[in-house]
Amino acid sequence: MRGAKSAKWVVGAAVVALAATACGGGSGDTKAGGSDDGIVRAWWGDPQNPLEPANTNEVQGGKVLDMIFEDLKEYNPTTGAAQLAAAQSITTTDQQNFTIKLKPGLKFSDGTPVTAHSFVDAWNYGALLTNKQLNAYFFEDIAGYAKVHPDSGAPTAKTMSGLKVVDNQTFTVQLTQKFSTWPDRLGYKAFAPLPTSFFTDHAGYLDKPVGDGPYKIVSYTKGSSMKLVPNPYYTGPSKPKNKGVLLKVYTDSNTAYADLQAGNLDVLDDIPAEQLSHVKTDLDGRYLNQPAGIIQTVSFPLNQKAWSKPGMDKVRLGLSMAIDRKTITQKIFQGTRTPATDLTSPVLGAAGGYSSDIAGDSVTYNPAKARELIKEGGGIPGGHMTIGYNADSGSHKEWVDAVCNSINNVLGDNKACVGAPTGTFADFRNQITKGEMTNPFRSGWQMDYPLIDDFLTPLYATGGSSNDSHYSNPQFDKLIKQANAEPDTAKATALYQQAEKLLFTDMPVIPLWYQNGEAGWSSRVSHVTENAFSYPVYTDITVNNS
Amino acid sequence: MGRYVIRRLLQMVPVFIGTTFLIFVMVYALGDPVAAMFGDRAPDPATAAQIRHAMYLDHSLPAQYVHYMKQIFTGNFGTAATGQPVTELMGSAFPVTIRLTLVAFAIEAVAGIGLGLLAGMRRGRFADTGVLAFTLLVVAVPTFVTGYVLQYFLGVKWHVANPAVAEGAPIGDLILPGLVLAAVSLAYVARLTRTSVAENARADYVRTAVAKGLPKRRVVTVHLLRNSLIPVVTFLGTDIGGLMAGAVVTERIFNIHGVGYQLYQGILRQNPPTVVGFVTILVIIFLAANLLVDLLYAVLDPRIRYA
Repeated sequence: MRGAKSAKWVVGAAVVALAATACGGGSGDTKAGGSDDGIVRAWWGDPQNPLEPANTNEVQGGKVLDMIFEDLKEYNPTTGAAQLAAAQSITTTDQQNFTIKLKPGLKFSDGTPVTAHSFVDAWNYGALLTNKQLNAYFFEDIAGYAKVHPDSGAPTAKTMSGLKVVDNQTFTVQLTQKFSTWPDRLGYKAFAPLPTSFFTDHAGYLDKPVGDGPYKIVSYTKGSSMKLVPNPYYTGPSKPKNKGVLLKVYTDSNTAYADLQAGNLDVLDDIPAEQLSHVKTDLDGRYLNQPAGIIQTVSFPLNQKAWSKPGMDKVRLGLSMAIDRKTITQKIFQGTRTPATDLTSPVLGAAGGYSSDIAGDSVTYNPAKARELIKEGGGIPGGHMTIGYNADSGSHKEWVDAVCNSINNVLGDNKACVGAPTGTFADFRNQITKGEMTNPFRSGWQMDYPLIDDFLTPLYATGGSSNDSHYSNPQFDKLIKQANAEPDTAKATALYQQAEKLLFTDMPVIPLWYQNGEAGWSSRVSHVTENAFSYPVYTDITVNNS
Repeated sequence: MGRYVIRRLLQMVPVFIGTTFLIFVMVYALGDPVAAMFGDRAPDPATAAQIRHAMYLDHSLPAQYVHYMKQIFTGNFGTAATGQPVTELMGSAFPVTIRLTLVAFAIEAVAGIGLGLLAGMRRGRFADTGVLAFTLLVVAVPTFVTGYVLQYFLGVKWHVANPAVAEGAPIGDLILPGLVLAAVSLAYVARLTRTSVAENARADYVRTAVAKGLPKRRVVTVHLLRNSLIPVVTFLGTDIGGLMAGAVVTERIFNIHGVGYQLYQGILRQNPPTVVGFVTILVIIFLAANLLVDLLYAVLDPRIRYA
């Protein structure tokens, strides 16, 4: 019976395979948010990096940090203004040395106290080169940063000399130079305090991060969900108005949208582009769409002679005026982008430095003037340009093609401008960083904190960390430096704006539009709003009938 | 038989090395994973250098491959972008995908063979035409269309099933995605079975069985079906790999956090350990499934022997 003997082999193999799969089956069927438990079920994407404050530079991880941490300052969800939170006071006499006093009695969600050490240790950890934190540059203004984070070689110190603990509630910060608006940066989550458990049991901490914010993490299944409940030790102003939040990771926002319609999800802040045309009717108007702290631009490679030689500023300006922003934002983006009128974002508010007319005519569609300027400046280098973009995310192709069409129509030349895709974002970034771009390319900026400084210094100051267009103007640098040293916030903002104004004549980048934040929600919840970072303000969301 | 199995296992070694190397080179060609970590911002060179060093990216490609393979043989598949070990991701992803595949496989085998048998036995009649028309339709529609359409109608409109699979992927939630995943293969299985059954129904041994006076049930199940299943089993076996690969699309549509999702994330974040690790395991599964099919032949047809 050869057959029967072979059968044994096969059956044996099959049993092993089944046993292996059976182990995985039937476990972990945690019921995801019932209907009366008062918990908000919200969409989430898998954070890209481990959940450490100084290592999180994207929205999905940022959302969680926003919920579990309270910083020295917090940004007002509606106005974006920086207000004292964990700090009782931040004082300075010379705009360079700051004394920070904490509010008494603050505690982490594990019950341990928040002290001056919690901040100083956290910042030193974030800055130290060997900890490989992506946001280390946030600490670069603090004296002693260069020793813990040298440009090359190993660090020669473990802590920054500019940070000194005075007592449990007080510490001082010395900056490398005068910087009056520096305390307003402290609302960014990279400046969050860390409990001792972060340093003693790092792996354990990453499995279930602990903070001093409105929420506390009760369970975290990496890559699939996180459950948060109000932090009993939190005494700040944003006490949660619900009984908790369940963040659910979705593989695809279309699926999340279906789940929202089916009533299995409450808040979705990533409405898929395919659904935009009918989202308002689908959700009965439970949808919001407002400008976010993100601006999209087209950068010129000013390190290339062809684009920076005299006269080219006219061509760059002309190209900006050849783009019909209004039509593109309506037709391509269904109104989820707002045409740019400056190089900051409306989330700053007029007091924070946003302006609806600072760019003047340079961002207004004017085909006749555009044609004239481009001709005067000597025309597009070689009569032909491309706009580079990455093809792997964000459907950039459509708008790049539209922008090129707009330019081509103005110039009456079908081949003047075409899109130039690069396969992946990483590759695209790599070419930009290495300065290999020879033609204009798409660029975008998501603010770190709602301050005008953040929209200008890193992007346009000489040698700025994200100065992709290699722009350099001594006058601009001088104005920024003056603004940094100016103690009066209003005056400082005016100086920043003066600097910004230079950009509309030099045109190192073409301002395109502000990206909007969006959210749709179920009938089970109300009071859904978004803050300046376009995160839903989870603490304000209420669950109906609970 | 034992020797045959051992020989086949040994043949897997070069296939294994070849595939992992190819995948490794392809992921490497995608671009710089470190630049991607920094988002729209230019990476800080000092931090980037530290990360590159930690990820062994500061070596040449062959050196990286050798280093990676050495790690694999000590059971270390490296770490994903999120800092989790890849083995941990595998531990959570593979059971889910295997469950989905098994659900799909069961649907495919039972419904496919059932429909094929029905059509083959009633060749040229209404049932046969019906099955042929139905399978033609299923083959013609791409999987993601079937997926989104069924998700919208069954999940959103009629509330028959959940549009998204709940955490932990319980079997009940997997039936709809399983059906979507199985649809195309099911059509092929039905058509293969139909042809095979229709052909063998006129074979001598079936006539003999009927002439012996065996009950119809026995003639069909033991004599006709068993002999007709050989091509079908070949297809089913190779299809296990196909199903697991096809799960990439289905998992995305139905929010299943399995292999497809992890691979997608790995590619998006250009994390070589994730992509190469998962593909390596998929390759092993594919090879094992093929071996299993070859062994199954011997069970179905005693004339086939392995030495």
